[in-house]
Amino acid sequence: MPGSITSDVIKPPAPPRGGGFGGGGGGSDGRGASRRASMTGLMVLLAATTMAFAAFTSAFVVRRGMSNDWVALPLPRIVWANTAVLLASSILLELARRSLKTGRRTAFNRYWTAGTALGVLFLVGQALAWRQLNAAGIFVASNPSSSFFYLLTAAHGLHILGGLTALVYVDVQALRLRLGPGKRTAVDVSALFWHFVDGIWLFLMALFLIWG
Amino acid sequence: MSSPVVHAHHAPQGFIRRWIFSLDHKVIGIQYYFLALFSVLIGMSLSLLMRYHMVHPDAKVAWFAKLWPTAAQGGIMTPELYLSLMTMHGTIMVFFVLTTAPQSGFGNYFLPIQIGAEDMAFPVLNMMSFWTTFLALVVMVAAFFVQGGPPLSGWTTYPPLSAIGPLAGPGEGLGQTLWIVSIAIFCGASLMGAINFIATLIDLRCQGMSLMRLPLTCWTWFVTAILGLLGFAVLLAAGVLLILDRSAGTSFFIPGGLLVSDQILNHKGGSPLLWQHLFWFFGHPEVYIAILPGMGVTSQVLSTFARKPIFGYRAMVYAILSIGFLGFLVWGHHMFMSGMSPYSAMAFSVLTMAIGVPSAIKTFNWIGTLWGAKIHFTTAMMFALGFVSLFVTGGLSGIFLGQPALDLYFHDTYFVVGHFHMIMGVAAIFGMFAGTFYWFPKMYGRMMNETLGKIHFYVTFVGVYCIFTPMHYLGIAGNPRRYSDFTNFDFLGKLLPVHSFMTQAAYGTAAIQILFFINLFWSMKYGKKAPINPWNATTLEWTVPSPPPFDNFGGVHPVVYHGPYEYSVPGAPRDFIMQTDPPDAANAE
Amino acid sequence: MLLAPIIWVLTVVIMYFFAAKVWWFPPPISQHGLAYDAQFMRTLVITGAIFFFAQFALGWAIFRYRDDGRRATYSHGNNKWETIWTTATAILFVGIVLTGTKIWVAVHLSDPDPNAIPIELMSKQFAFSFRYPGPDGKFGATDLKLVNDAAGNPFGLDDKDPAGKDDIVSASLKVPVGKPIKLIMHSRDVIHNFFVRELRLKQDIVPGMEIPLYFQADTPGTYEIPCSELCGLGHFQMRSTMQVMAEADFEKWKQEQAANK
Repeated sequence: MPGSITSDVIKPPAPPRGGGFGGGGGGSDGRGASRRASMTGLMVLLAATTMAFAAFTSAFVVRRGMSNDWVALPLPRIVWANTAVLLASSILLELARRSLKTGRRTAFNRYWTAGTALGVLFLVGQALAWRQLNAAGIFVASNPSSSFFYLLTAAHGLHILGGLTALVYVDVQALRLRLGPGKRTAVDVSALFWHFVDGIWLFLMALFLIWG
Repeated sequence: MSSPVVHAHHAPQGFIRRWIFSLDHKVIGIQYYFLALFSVLIGMSLSLLMRYHMVHPDAKVAWFAKLWPTAAQGGIMTPELYLSLMTMHGTIMVFFVLTTAPQSGFGNYFLPIQIGAEDMAFPVLNMMSFWTTFLALVVMVAAFFVQGGPPLSGWTTYPPLSAIGPLAGPGEGLGQTLWIVSIAIFCGASLMGAINFIATLIDLRCQGMSLMRLPLTCWTWFVTAILGLLGFAVLLAAGVLLILDRSAGTSFFIPGGLLVSDQILNHKGGSPLLWQHLFWFFGHPEVYIAILPGMGVTSQVLSTFARKPIFGYRAMVYAILSIGFLGFLVWGHHMFMSGMSPYSAMAFSVLTMAIGVPSAIKTFNWIGTLWGAKIHFTTAMMFALGFVSLFVTGGLSGIFLGQPALDLYFHDTYFVVGHFHMIMGVAAIFGMFAGTFYWFPKMYGRMMNETLGKIHFYVTFVGVYCIFTPMHYLGIAGNPRRYSDFTNFDFLGKLLPVHSFMTQAAYGTAAIQILFFINLFWSMKYGKKAPINPWNATTLEWTVPSPPPFDNFGGVHPVVYHGPYEYSVPGAPRDFIMQTDPPDAANAE
Repeated sequence: MLLAPIIWVLTVVIMYFFAAKVWWFPPPISQHGLAYDAQFMRTLVITGAIFFFAQFALGWAIFRYRDDGRRATYSHGNNKWETIWTTATAILFVGIVLTGTKIWVAVHLSDPDPNAIPIELMSKQFAFSFRYPGPDGKFGATDLKLVNDAAGNPFGLDDKDPAGKDDIVSASLKVPVGKPIKLIMHSRDVIHNFFVRELRLKQDIVPGMEIPLYFQADTPGTYEIPCSELCGLGHFQMRSTMQVMAEADFEKWKQEQAANK
């Protein structure tokens, strides 16, 4: 009888489904719709982040183009070291992921922890960069170029902090030997987010160097 | 059978987990709905105060002095108080009513069910998005209670007025800062919601629910989420820049050479137009966020009660997509008179006219749905029909405003106020009313009272026409907007009778809303018990109990064989085929 | 159903108030104003027709297709009609904006008239001030630090600059009839807006920008100038007037101002 009662619904053969990262609780195997949903969620988050930085960039370009009071900012030298540290951390995370795929757990733990530690080091380095600018008498309102530098590094730093939270979470789970297949998605999502934020930093460096 | 959502098998225990920090999209949807209801009461009260002041600017009202000892000394509302009330009216209505209930309210409740899923993709994120919105509302309301009161720069917050602090006027101190913080928090909440909606719609559709079988409500929730995702990120960036200008001495938006209250300001080099570009890049998609879900509900309700498929389903989908896409390209039409390049104005104008085309398609298709129909006049249907009429009226005034040549007169007049109130303040609200009457039986297992509903509808329908159509005439007469009183200009004095009429209409229309609240709350407890499918509708929410169980489908995965609006199919045994009916249901048994 | 006649009555009433011009524009005082009114009428006729047709059709459908026992027609749409009304709408909408382009170009994208009389406008919370260059045709230098509203120096004229000695400062805008004017607009605090209804012109005045507005008034009279961009608590009181007078009277006024210095 066609109708609205659930008993009429044909039951399909159930595809393998698991808990995974989707709800923030413990999961079972991480395959199926929830991994897909997590990846979609990540892409969507990256789109929003891109828009925010696009807005800042357009403000940067407009402000630079319209006033003649823009004084080129002397980039603190430590910023180069920070860039190298951030790139290295991304590489280490990728090595970690490769290790996990071939089941080398210890290697994963080492690489991932190292990558996370370098991430923290990046933030410390950025704080030092700010200190160096302060010491040179360059503050947030000193010049539009410095306003944007502080703004963009702060916005980027906040995203690094968010990424670090995910990296540390995965690291803790791994070190406590609780990184089951269900957390695979968490590993991938965190690493991809980190690479993206790394990419944003490279873009910002180019912006400072070429236009700053 | 295990399922993608972790908590599916165990309904939460305990009051806190079930009703306060619930992960259930249905509870979260209701939480958003009631947040919006609370906000609309505040917003409506503010508008009544505004309308009163406009026709009685010198009146002494005793309780004004009690509420606002500084801003209404002696019981007389000062201009700055009027402007603060106006700013908060716009802000609360746009953000906490129109961006919450249609999308996060109904969308949260019904998107997962309509696509055959057990919950949203990220239930914890969903719960966080509601409470973040709640926090934003708390911060916004706090602005009423700080020294100086709420900001007076309008919901559009143009710098330098909003950027130079208390020198610019009362409320521009802590009140403005709280406003910006609240909106920034709201941006975060919206982003969380958008992530959930998009991932859910893309990845959690049940078997057979292809994109072209989605109910139009789902299409609008999907495109609205994308608009919010991209737009709110830019608003957040703009808000950060504004806070820096206000408190860190930067000059993103503040130019040099300013003398305010006898003080020469330190800032230099910034551009007030930069704010306008960033704000309206968000602001225009925002108004489509406000209206699209209402359009989806209208399509859904019209089709159900006309017992006819929606006319031109594909065209409706393309129209929704076009409106979403073009919505990002027209922001400059808010800035025709701003001092931006006249060439840009021309480009924005053509695009603005272009976006009128998919809107017109939707309107023709709604009317086409009614052609040859078999119309049941339930209250939900009345509100959907009212939506169409109001959308026509409100949309057509956009044809004037989209031309920079005509905007040379109409910018910042009541013509604009009439236009956006018709569309947002009325049509979008009617979409919410339609959704409420339509889905109430599913949410509460009881029917709302049709008599109360119809009286409420008729008085509101005529009432809103009486309030907002005269604004167009005022605009033609050149009445500027955001004026707290009209006694300083000869030409404005002549228009006072129109303002009086609108104020009376506003009182009456506001008063009749009491019927809606009585109906809503009374019916929750005492309404007639509702069957599973009281409207004989076709979409998936009408296959599950009222209210639905914790995991919506009781552990079963629905399979969809039909499109969403198969009404009056020739040869079928009944005048509707549900989406989950077997594939050969069109043939008589 | 009751809704149909209600929609029809509302439609007719709304259209009546437009047609009868009960609350309307003031008469235009310039060529631009005439062109403006023509474009407005074109738009009004088109939108009025669509308004009438759409509301009438909606009401008709409500009335004609109310449930009276028949079965509804099963139809998913009609591509022919879809194409027709989409194309018609696109042509109409884009067409109407193109016919208005001439007006926009004339105001903002035409070569400026070299004979236009320059008048400077300075807006602040909450007043407009106007400045004329005087017989030397030059505006004197100004300095923000010298601004003194109470002493009648809203522009901050520097009295060390000889070019400024003959500048005329006025609280209202006085212009000769039939002559092109170039209004050079500044703001010294927040965004304001200059609007004269009879000219059918308005323009935001943005601090940090110098915005010229060209116009020509062809009918003598006094016209109100309401600020039209929210500028703070005094926005509703920010008022000035434009007085359009015969050229002889304008010259006389200028001489009187010069004599009073």
